[in-house]
Amino acid sequence: MRRLILAIGVIVLWSACKFNSNTSNALPIYGNRQAVTRVINGQTVTDTIYQTIPPFKMVNQYGDSISDRNLDGKIYVADFFFTSCPSICPVMQRNMLNVYNAYKNTPDVKILSYTIDPKYDSVKVLKKYADKLGVSGNMWWFIQGKKDDTYRLAEKSYLVAVSRDTTVPGGYVHQGYFVLVDKQKRVRGSYDGTNPQQVGQLIDDIKTLKTEPAPVANK
Amino acid sequence: MKFKVLVGISLMMLILVISCQSDQSIEFARYYSSGSLLYQSHCQNCHGAKGEGLNALIPPLTDTVFIKNNIHMLACLVKNGLRGKITVHKRDFTEKMPPNDLAPIEIANVLTYVANSFGNKRGTIDVARVGTDLNNCR
Repeated sequence: MRRLILAIGVIVLWSACKFNSNTSNALPIYGNRQAVTRVINGQTVTDTIYQTIPPFKMVNQYGDSISDRNLDGKIYVADFFFTSCPSICPVMQRNMLNVYNAYKNTPDVKILSYTIDPKYDSVKVLKKYADKLGVSGNMWWFIQGKKDDTYRLAEKSYLVAVSRDTTVPGGYVHQGYFVLVDKQKRVRGSYDGTNPQQVGQLIDDIKTLKTEPAPVANK
Repeated sequence: MKFKVLVGISLMMLILVISCQSDQSIEFARYYSSGSLLYQSHCQNCHGAKGEGLNALIPPLTDTVFIKNNIHMLACLVKNGLRGKITVHKRDFTEKMPPNDLAPIEIANVLTYVANSFGNKRGTIDVARVGTDLNNCR
């Protein structure tokens, strides 16, 4: 009897550990969600609709127009910066270069750096900045658009995870967050872009996202 | 007897010399450790924890020849920032460096740290020297 209890105890402990490791692997999905119930072929089906990054239209450092469509089926990291930023931007870009170097030859991973100073950061300025940073090709885009659009995207869509997880009021556009977005444009993580350890976690989390099965089309 | 006195005197001289030296090294250590903290809060974001800079955007602090040749300009660079071209490690940098609102003693601390880190070995840059250098800013 005592042996049986011991055996059960061991199994419970083991499965508890296993359960934990399973859940910590999957990344959370941030933002609002709603359940939609539909009747398909006589069966009632409930789907969860997650918040996604809405459509946008901007221009990258090569003068090409970039929209949300260019990111269909891509995992990407977004951040907000400006080229003349003297404080936290250099350390953010130094850390982002690690992401760039880890995935620059991976076609389904991209980096999107939105400038929050589009008046100064023209296409020409962005291109020069990218060159000096040592960034070439189409893996990392520095993009500019209307300032209002960028701030709306930042606050309402990208930084939804930040505003939920921290007590940082309002100004978190300037806090140097890196936001991880999955292939279905859902926010899956946010990281302090000035902290090398957190950016290391981001690089690992991209690996985790890449192993997620492709979504089943259900429209 | 004479011998003992001689030994005693030379011993005292020795102690004096040693304690003077350690006074200097204590001063250096004080400048250096304060400078290290100031570096972290004012310089490291751009110039990096190892003084490595950032590609072609921000110059590294590892060019020992540059540091040596421009040692009297450094206080002005820190205080007033920099515009225009600067050549470090035979590479040109053209981005702006912002001015830093630091007291002369803080500038002396941070310069002592920089001038004795990242391969540089220029000894203590004390506050008197920083004062003189600041008077000669262009």
